Order: sequence, then C-alpha cells, then structure tokens
Amino acid sequence: MEWETVIGLEIHAQLATQSKIFSAAATAFGAEQNRQACAVDLALPGVLPVVNREVLAMAVRFALVTDAEIGRHSVFARKNYFYPDLPKGYQISQMNHPIVGTGSVEIVLGDGQRKTIGITRAHLEEDAGKSVHDEYSDFTAIDLNRAGTPLLEIVSEPDMRSAQEAVTYAKRVHSLVRYIGICDGNMQEGSFRCDANVSIRLKGDEKLGTRAEIKNVNSFRFLERAIEFEVERQREILESGGEVVQETRLYDADRDETRSMRSKEDANDYRYFPDPDLLPVEIDDAFIDAQRASLPELPEVKTARYISELGLADKDAITLAADKSTADYFESLIGAHAMPAKLSANWMLGELFARLNRDQLDIDDSPVDATAFAGLIARIEDNTVSGKTAKQVLDGMWDGKGSADDVIKAEGLQQITDTSAIEAMIDEVIAANPSQVAEYRAGKEKLLGFFVGAVMKASAGKANPGQLNQILKNKLSG
Amino acid sequence: MSIKPDEVRNIAHLARLGLDESQLSEFSDDLSRTLDLVDQLNQANTDSVEPLANPGQCSARLRDDVVAETDQREKLQTVAPNVDNGFYLVPRVIE
Amino acid sequence: MHQHTLKELSVLLDKKEISSTEVTQALLERIETHEPTLNAMITVDNDGALEAAKHADAAINELGGTASAGKPLLGVPLIHKDIFCTEGVLTTCASHMLHNFKSPYDATVVERLRAQGTVMLGKANMDEFAMGSSNENSHFGAVGNPWQTDRVPGGSSGGSAAAVAAGYAPVATGTDTGGSIRQPAAFCGLSGIKPTYGRVSRYGMIAFASSLDQGGVLARSAEDCAYLLGPMSGVDPRDSTSVDQPVDDFVTALDGSGLSVTVDSSGDAPLNGVRIGVAAEYFSDGLDKAVATEVRQAISKLESLGASIVEISLPNQHLCIPAYYAIAPAECSSNLSRFDGVRYGHRCESPVDLEDLYKRSRDEGFGREVKRRILIGTYVLSAGYYDAYYLKAQKTRRLISDDFAEAFKSVDMIAGPATPTTAFARGSKTADPVSMYLNDLYTVSANLSGLPAMSIPCGFADGLPVGLQLVSNYFKESELLYVSHQFQQIDDSHQQRPRGFE
Ligand SMILES: [Mg+2]
Ligand SMILES: [Zn+2]
Repeated sequence: MEWETVIGLEIHAQLATQSKIFSAAATAFGAEQNRQACAVDLALPGVLPVVNREVLAMAVRFALVTDAEIGRHSVFARKNYFYPDLPKGYQISQMNHPIVGTGSVEIVLGDGQRKTIGITRAHLEEDAGKSVHDEYSDFTAIDLNRAGTPLLEIVSEPDMRSAQEAVTYAKRVHSLVRYIGICDGNMQEGSFRCDANVSIRLKGDEKLGTRAEIKNVNSFRFLERAIEFEVERQREILESGGEVVQETRLYDADRDETRSMRSKEDANDYRYFPDPDLLPVEIDDAFIDAQRASLPELPEVKTARYISELGLADKDAITLAADKSTADYFESLIGAHAMPAKLSANWMLGELFARLNRDQLDIDDSPVDATAFAGLIARIEDNTVSGKTAKQVLDGMWDGKGSADDVIKAEGLQQITDTSAIEAMIDEVIAANPSQVAEYRAGKEKLLGFFVGAVMKASAGKANPGQLNQILKNKLSG
Repeated sequence: MSIKPDEVRNIAHLARLGLDESQLSEFSDDLSRTLDLVDQLNQANTDSVEPLANPGQCSARLRDDVVAETDQREKLQTVAPNVDNGFYLVPRVIE
Repeated sequence: MHQHTLKELSVLLDKKEISSTEVTQALLERIETHEPTLNAMITVDNDGALEAAKHADAAINELGGTASAGKPLLGVPLIHKDIFCTEGVLTTCASHMLHNFKSPYDATVVERLRAQGTVMLGKANMDEFAMGSSNENSHFGAVGNPWQTDRVPGGSSGGSAAAVAAGYAPVATGTDTGGSIRQPAAFCGLSGIKPTYGRVSRYGMIAFASSLDQGGVLARSAEDCAYLLGPMSGVDPRDSTSVDQPVDDFVTALDGSGLSVTVDSSGDAPLNGVRIGVAAEYFSDGLDKAVATEVRQAISKLESLGASIVEISLPNQHLCIPAYYAIAPAECSSNLSRFDGVRYGHRCESPVDLEDLYKRSRDEGFGREVKRRILIGTYVLSAGYYDAYYLKAQKTRRLISDDFAEAFKSVDMIAGPATPTTAFARGSKTADPVSMYLNDLYTVSANLSGLPAMSIPCGFADGLPVGLQLVSNYFKESELLYVSHQFQQIDDSHQQRPRGFE
C-alpha cells in the first residue's frame, strides 16, 4: 500500500509588542511570577479589555506579505472554558471574522521546486498564563505574566505532504514574521509554536484521513521528528486494520514519540460568541497603506538584488536572504563595514556557518558578531593573512581571544609579504636542492609544487602564496 | 421546551456549578419555564436580519502600545485565597 | 438635614451654613436608625466618610464660596451601589462569592465622583450581581421599601433606591441592565436615569451583561440627577465601549439651553416644540389599571406644558423580554466565569481537586437566581442551541432597536409606564422566576437598543409611587432631564416622602 501524508500547521506567533493585547502590562520575557499581571490580566471583577492598536498593525503587515485578505471588520469572540491559567474563564480570540483571511506563501523544496502553501486564516488572540507543576507537591502554581500576551494564530491549509515540507513551510513563516518585525521568533521562549495536524490516506484517495493534532512543538527539529513518528504510528495502525482516533497528542522529545493527552471526559463546547466588551474593529485604507509603507525589503526581493547587484550565486543569495538575522549580518558586512560581497558571502556561508552549526548557535548568538567578522574579512582582503591562516584566526576569535588583529598579533599569524624576505627563503631552498632545480629547468615543471611546499614550510606557512609563486617561478626559470 | 435534570447536569458541568439532585430538579423546572418564555422569539420573522451585538455604535476605540501598568503583585494578591511566593495555588492538576 | 436636595446642600455647604462633616455625621446617624428596618446598605464606611467630609470642608474653606459654581458636588454625601469597585472598601455585588472582596482599585465612576469631592457614606444593597427586580436576591438579605416596608424596593438597585427614598443621602449611583435603575426609582418614588449605552464608563462596575449594563443615578429630582450624571459621564480610556463624544452640560440643559429642540423654559409652555410619542403597546393587558391612569394623567400634564402627543408603534415590544432573557444570561454566564475561587473571592473548604474547587466554590458562592441565569446562558450558547436562541435573540434585538429608530423619526421622546405595577409584596413573586422577569416589560427595550431612559414619579396608586418612563434618542439625556425637570415644576409627586421617613 502506498500512503500519502497530509499535514496542516497552526502556528502561534507571539507578537512583538511592548504591552499586552488588551492591557497596558508589559510583555517582556522572564519577569518574576505574576509581576507582569495587572488587574485586567487577572480578570479582577469590573475590569475591561482595550485593544492594542499595534497588534492590528502587525496582523495587517502579515496579511500584506502573504497576499491575504484583510478583515476590514474583524470581531473578537469569547472562547469559554475553565482552566486555572485562563483568568476570565474565556479566551478572547477571533472566530467568524478574523483579521487575516485567505492567503498563501511559497516555499522552495529540496529539489528546487516551488510550492504554494495556502493560508486559511490568521486571527488574533490572547495567550494564557502558565501552570507550574514541579514547584509544589500538592499544588499547581499559576503564573499569569504571560496571560494576555498577543498571539497571531496562523492556520494553514492541509497542503503539506511530508515532514520536510512542513518544516520548510514553518521556517518560511518564521522567516517572514521576523522579517516584518512582528515576532522575535524565539522558539525556546515559546514565541513561535507549532501545532501539526497530521493524517495519512491511501495515495489517490480524495478524502482526508482521521487526523491527530500534535500540540506545541517548539523546534523545527522536533516538528520534523514528531510528524515522522506520527505518520509511522498511523501507518502501523491502519495497516494492521485499526482506526486512527481523532485526538490531541504531545511530542515527547526525550523519548522521541508522540503520546495522547489524557482525553477530556467531556467534549469541548466552547460557546463562542462575540465579546460584548469589545466592539468590532474597523480597518481602513489609510491604516493598511501605513502598514504597507512600513514593510521592509522581503527575502525574494533581497535574493534578486543579491544576485543581480552583488553577483552572488543563486543558492548563496537565497540562503543569505532567507533569514532576517543572516541577511542583517551580511548587509552589515557589506554596508557599514564596506567589505566585498562575494568574499563576505563565502566566508559567512562557509566558515561562520560551519562553526554555528557545530555549536548549534543562532547567528544572533554568534560569538563573533558582524563587526568582528568584518575585521577578519578585511585582513583576508588586504593579504595580512592567507585564507588558510584566516580559519585559524577565526577559531581564536571564536574562543574569545579578541579581534582578528588581536589574534593575528598574539599568535604571530601575519602573512609574510616582504619581497626580500620571501626571496631570501627561496634562495635558500634553491641552494639546498640543486638536483631538483636542474630537473625543473630540464622541463619537469611538476616540481614547482615541491618548491612551493618547501618555501612555505620554511616560512611556517606565512609566506604570501601569490608572491611566493611569482618570485619562485622567476628564480627557477632564471 | 422541557429541560431534563440530566441535561441540567451537563450544562452545570460546562458552567462548573456543583449542583445536588434537588437543585437539578428545581433548575430543570425553572429553565424549562424560562426557555418557554424565550421561545416566543419564534414569533419574530428574522430572515435576513443582521444580529445586533452592541447597541448604537460602530467600532472599537484602540489604545497605543505603551506599558502603563506597574508591578502591583502584593496589592493584587491581598484578595487571593491561596498564594505562595507570588504564585496562585490550586489543587494539583495532573497533565 | 436629610431632606435637602443635592442642589440645596451644595449651596448651603458653599455658604458654610452647614459643614460637610455635620451633614455626613447626621446622615450616618440616620442610616444607623433606619437600617434595622430597611437593610438598604451592605457596608457603611463611617470612618472613610468622615475623613472625606473633613477634606471637603477644608477644600470648601479654601475656595471661599465659589465651590457651588465650579465644584457643586464638593462635600456632598452619596451612596454607591455595591457593584462599583471601591478601593479598600468591601465590594460584594451582594454575593457570598465576593463577601470578602476589598477591591484593589476604584471604578472609574467612583474615581470621578471622588475627584469632585463627594463623600461616600457606604455601599448599597442590591440583587446579587444585579440579577433581580425586587432586591430579594441578596446574600445580605432583602431590602424594605420605605413607602411600605413589607414591599420590595425594586431591583437590582433596590438598596440605592431605598436609601435615597429614606433620606440616607440625596443621591446614589445605580446600574441598569434591564431596568435596574428605573424600576426601583418607580417603586420608591425617585427620579432615576439610565444614560445612553457608552455614556458612563463601565470600568470597575462589575459586569452582569456587558452590552446592556449602564451606570446611572437615583435621586429625588431630575435636577439632582443632572448634577450627578455630568461628572460620571464621558469617555474612559479603560472602557473601549465608552463613547468619545462631548458630554452635554446637563445642569444648564434644565433651563432648555443646548437642546436640539428649541424650547422656552420661561413661558407657561416650556415643552412647546417637544414631540412625545405614546405607544399603544405600552398600555396592554399586563399594565395595572391604577398605574395606567396615573401615567395617562402624567402624559396629559406633559401636553399641558406644550408637548405634542403623537401616537407611535413599537411592534416588537412583546419580544423584548424573550430576547432579553436569552442575551443577558448568555453574557452573564461568560462574565461570571472569572469567579472561580482562584484569584479572589470565595473558595470552598479543602478542595480535593481542581474540578471540586470550581464546582463547590461556585455552587456555594452564587445564589439561586445567579445560578439560574448562568445555566440559561450556558444553555443558549451551547452547541446546537446558539442559532435558535442566542442568535435569534440578537436578530430580534435589531428589530426592537429598529422600531425605536423608526419612532424617533417622528418624535423626540417616548412616554409610558416604567413598571406594570407598583411595588409588590416581598415574597409574592419569588416562587415564579418568569413572573418576576415580567417586571422589566417596559424597561428592557432601552437596554436592548442602548437608548437613554428615565423614570420619574408621576402619582400614587394605593399609597405607592407610580413611575413615568421617558425614553429619548441616543445621547439626548439633556432632553430627558429637561422634560422631567419641567414636569416636576408642575407636579409634586417627587416631593412626597414616605411616612416614617419624612
Ligand atoms: Mg485558537
Ligand atoms: Zn490559539
């Protein structure tokens, strides 16, 4: 039997506002429990929500970059259920009239093919607080700092056919929301969380299979593994004649498996209805135009510019432009620090990325920032160090030994470019190897490598390779 | 419209009201009578009528994205039934 | 001391013929005397009141006789319905759920009236969470009507009404979701105004049904209503449903200035130019005959003041109560979910688990009428019933509102009875919730459509006050107050005092 995987994602992007969606309390991460929960967040008797204008602006920006319909008349609704981290006994969300309607994003698959993933809708809602279970043995402790933090819930169509596609789409959305400055994308802090609806069906079937919803996955790697595990689980069930149960599952990263969340004894009946404390929000042309004007250059445009203006290879341009921080880093190198584009791109994509990957670091957390990295590129560019030595310099910088110049100086890595010094070393090598010189002059030009190696060795690797070659050739032929 | 005590029990659960048997039967009576009253709405022809959720007004006033609340934890928790170390405490919830 | 109107007190205080401390002291004593009979108060704040009076007296001294012009409420005592949050003073909403709740913040209305230098004597009894029409649904006991103490004062602002009628204070705040200011005003012989939805901030006013609730005033005259309503009104950044529109000067409007109809208050036909609609639907079977007679006579008096009486129709009037009893409970079921025993309010003893904590705290904390409405509301919003009940009611609400829009094309104001009967005997309707609900027959339509409405005393039936209701178009509170004030120049119903409380 050949199975087809069908995946849809719901992404909760925490909007990067200063204050909460319905109150003037701060949204900053990491405050002590309940110090950022004001009367409105705590749902004290008599308090009322007031919508933060900026969340609407951010949602509109998202609509603009996903070619989505903008809900000109959007309505906040109450989703009613009891939970201790939900102070009002309802979550304010949007149901029938979301602020972002149908849209789409394009992703580039591994084989270079492009695919359009539909966005069903994106709506604004408030986050809940946090239940802490490991602080007390008899109690669950409630911290409401996060209650009321603005979220944009981005719901995709079930358009993805593999875990890889799902991850590519999630990364694409992640890149977009960071580009337009509406979400910091920090997955460890929960600013960007994915729920995956996963089902499988026999290839050729029109009807969707029963899906399981995997909740709150907070890394791309886990997302991929959770989906792969889930697909396998469903395949085994179906192939052994069983039925998939529609349910919510959690991904356990430690055990690399998904498992069912304790099924709630009652079916949820959320009793959505328009929040009578909040009038409908009207979005006019002027508001939309202002948001359009505030949009930054987007990845596609950047990529095209990198190729046409900077002469970068397609693949390099795509990689550099895909992530906002990477593009910012690159543009800082070639802009503020005026480094050559191709050289900068090669060194970023090669040596910098290799080290970031090795240490599993985001570029924002790189121990070598753009200014420091530009210092290294400058020394490569002006021949102070060879490419090979530069890697050694970068290692030193990575380990906190200071700037490129500091490391070069401290470790004596400066390239020898003094012609007379190189000549002296060449003369010594020529004098020490008369038979090889004779052979070379007789036509065995392959021996050039032998001489280069010998001189390089004599210079402890520091002789400028270009100069060395040039002078050596002259002397040998002479 | 007649609401049976069992149905009241389901609604009461949604509303997290712990009602005993006698309350269930009392409320089943009250609710049935109230819903009979509400059922008079069927006399209205509301085809193609837009629902009205908020009277007399059109759109929301918004606020600027400014942090204006300061930490009032101690004051706000003076009215709480069970707090410790700044946390609100509830019976342990098994996840 | 207790017979002075707010306006009279304001002048006397300013002239220093009396001090705020003296008035406050006298009223606190009066409250103490009559509370055993009336039970109109949940909390009396003796110390806070005397402290505020002292400050007011100092401020009056400083202003030296100019206060009544600029700050007419300075030193004036008042009572807040116990639905308004008052920092540091118990705010219970007449519920066991909040029996221990000292609000950590002030409602906007409370804050604004405090800023005017008013002196809060305490918090008035009410129906629990404002659900009721008789003030019999209070965790702190029923309230007596000063006119006949075995009768109900109306509800839900029954404590506010009884307190003002008994001379505890010249004015009190109230809230009106389906008639909760106007019905008790009618039962207790007071003037009560529910302004346009959005005119007065709801911030800090504990919500019953958010799209219907509106704060307002109970007083002994329309004039006093005007004095108190002004500072309470106006946009509030903390309530996004409050309306950003200038507030009329309600006091100068009493003389006819600033109205959208042109009138001449100095002549003998001050209502000349005012078109008053009378709807046949308001004089149907449900209306007590004696009440109907008084109301019709009042309408004749309005005509004698120059108003033109126009027959109008409100064809969906009979659907108001059915619509209201789907919408108000739906909103209340959700609004009252926050009372869960976690962050404030009543928590049951030793909950075994979370569900037990919720269910027992809420069962113990809420009274029967509140539970009843939470259940109805939960039901009408639940899957399968939403369209048939909640949505149907919201559509009907549109029809009801459209009826008024149509009527206001030809009239400035609509007059009719405030209540179907006069104050009924305590206990006479408690067994049948539906018969109780019918008390709001004439008042709920103004809430459903958000219109301003007022009840003023217009006579007596069997010794009990009868209320005339006036409903005007959005933000025409000034016109309601003007017409009521003019009526009170030729009718003395509002000056009658209940026996034993003269
Ligand atoms: Mg949601
Ligand atoms: Zn969500």
